[in-house]
Amino acid sequence: MPHRHAIFALAALACGIASAAPPTPAMLTNSCAGCHGIGGASAGPSMPNLAGHSKQAIVEAMKGFKSGARPSTLMGRLAKGYTDAEFEAMGEYFSSQKLHMPKQSLDPAKVTRGAAIEGTSCAGCHPDSGRRSFGEVPALAGQWLPYLQMQMQMFAAGTRKMPEPMAQQVKALSAADIESLMHFYASVK
Amino acid sequence: MTFDRRSFLKVLSAASGATLAGCGAMSMGGSLAMGKSSGRRVVVVGGGYGGTIAAKYIRMLDPSIEVVLVERNRQFVSCPFSNLYLGGLLPDLSSLTIGYDKLAANHGVKVVHDTVTAIDTAKKTVTGASGTLSYDRLVLSPGVDFRFEEIAGYDPAATPEVMPHSWHAGPQTLLLRRQLEAMRDGGTVVIAVPPMPFRCPPGPYERATMIAMYLKQRKPRSKVIMLDANPDIVSKGGLFRKGWAKHYAGLIDYRGAKRVTAVNARNMTVSVEGLEDVKGDVINVIPPQRAGAVAQVAGVVGPDKRWCPVDARTFESTLAKDVHVIGDASMAGAMPKSGYSANVQAKVCATNVVALMNGRETVDLSGVNVCYSMISPTEAVSVAAVYTIKDGAIASVPNSGGVSPDLSEAEAVYAKSWINNILVEMST
Repeated sequence: MPHRHAIFALAALACGIASAAPPTPAMLTNSCAGCHGIGGASAGPSMPNLAGHSKQAIVEAMKGFKSGARPSTLMGRLAKGYTDAEFEAMGEYFSSQKLHMPKQSLDPAKVTRGAAIEGTSCAGCHPDSGRRSFGEVPALAGQWLPYLQMQMQMFAAGTRKMPEPMAQQVKALSAADIESLMHFYASVK
Repeated sequence: MTFDRRSFLKVLSAASGATLAGCGAMSMGGSLAMGKSSGRRVVVVGGGYGGTIAAKYIRMLDPSIEVVLVERNRQFVSCPFSNLYLGGLLPDLSSLTIGYDKLAANHGVKVVHDTVTAIDTAKKTVTGASGTLSYDRLVLSPGVDFRFEEIAGYDPAATPEVMPHSWHAGPQTLLLRRQLEAMRDGGTVVIAVPPMPFRCPPGPYERATMIAMYLKQRKPRSKVIMLDANPDIVSKGGLFRKGWAKHYAGLIDYRGAKRVTAVNARNMTVSVEGLEDVKGDVINVIPPQRAGAVAQVAGVVGPDKRWCPVDARTFESTLAKDVHVIGDASMAGAMPKSGYSANVQAKVCATNVVALMNGRETVDLSGVNVCYSMISPTEAVSVAAVYTIKDGAIASVPNSGGVSPDLSEAEAVYAKSWINNILVEMST
């Protein structure tokens, strides 16, 4: 995999390390598993799944944490310890993992209501019931409900900035709509 | 799946007989009398935060390597989060207790419950009551034992029953909680903190916080006196002080540079360097620490007679070939003695043990430590760091890591997910 080697060469240069065997993607991401589960498949209930997100979604999230553009509790502090090349390696690793859609305890009425509105409100950017992740768009399917709720609270408070198309859609939704949508996405298998 | 540990454990105990039958008699309740392996064998001693992960990851990385995990207890109780039980945030220790059945069933780890009494690093054998086992490589993850001898009047058998250390979770944790419950309102809880380095640097201060929380709710005329051998709080100091001022004003009397050098279990006093005696109704003496006894047995303890020097990349002992030491017992440069450190070191060690056994190049360490401490029922703080190899030693990456900017409700939510994820990783 020449691409991967290029990443390592970059990483080694950036860190000033002259080593024959710099950390592999597995070595880098093994460190994440203690909180995010093996291969990014979180046992929950609030740590998000990383498995199955697009490479770019992971990379952009990490860059945002590192710069502070995306608020976090401790991810910003951790992200500062890695180079962009290492983010790429992590992104490649997690994007190659199968989407993790665990069984959660959810409100069936909210799931039904969310299912009825996701098509018009969200599916334009989050297709296939949120299973598909591409570009900077993360997967929503099976994501842990408390994590989704914490993110939407940050969006609502303005501490995390919504992409413009999302802001437009969310403006038209009630709090009950949003709550239902989160139950729906958490329910997707 | 929604993870309810109680039902999970119930299912485990019910299913263990059936599921393991197909894995051969040695999978569980096996003995060390397996003799020579037909293939390649790694023996892992110690089934805590480090050992479970090392055993599992070696099997995941190369299923052709036989892995035998030797652990004296049938279940493991996590030290991280055990302070929450002392404070009343957990009803019991069940959510912190894991078994070894799934490591056997899912990964083919051969689990032997035995106490290791001898290790011959020349002949490459491990001996316990059930027999002697040969290894190609040995991974030791023995955690910590105590330097009881540095405290005058301390009887290693009798004193912990009166003045529990509760620094190995389980019966000791239950005892300390019972003592707190039995204490009169207006009583004094004394916590003696050992000199660094010790297991879980923020642990004693989180303990004081959780006990103060319990006292505030149930026995508000009581107090905690902390006698710290270190000059000041060794981890998250500013945040603990902030939490104490916000929630527990007047309940915690912190005294730095007060090393407890003697105890009197009959009078319920501890002595600070022979200069002053402090009386307590409940006394939690956390003794000074060293590598777990198995490290001594293997002869991999360094000249300081306390900790095990290791190669920063492979965690191979610098004192014995083909023996690796991970977790609290190891001297791992900038990495603290924490559960998360042991978890990460186990993966680094497993990766490189498998590389070495297959004649492949070893890989540089990349590591992380994450450690949460609860401040109140709804607030937590954390410390985080990223580690790399610099000049042959484990160093933290400059300008990264650090502690929470403030007490955080979100961190309390994430902390609960942290303990769940890391215990699931160890037990499935």
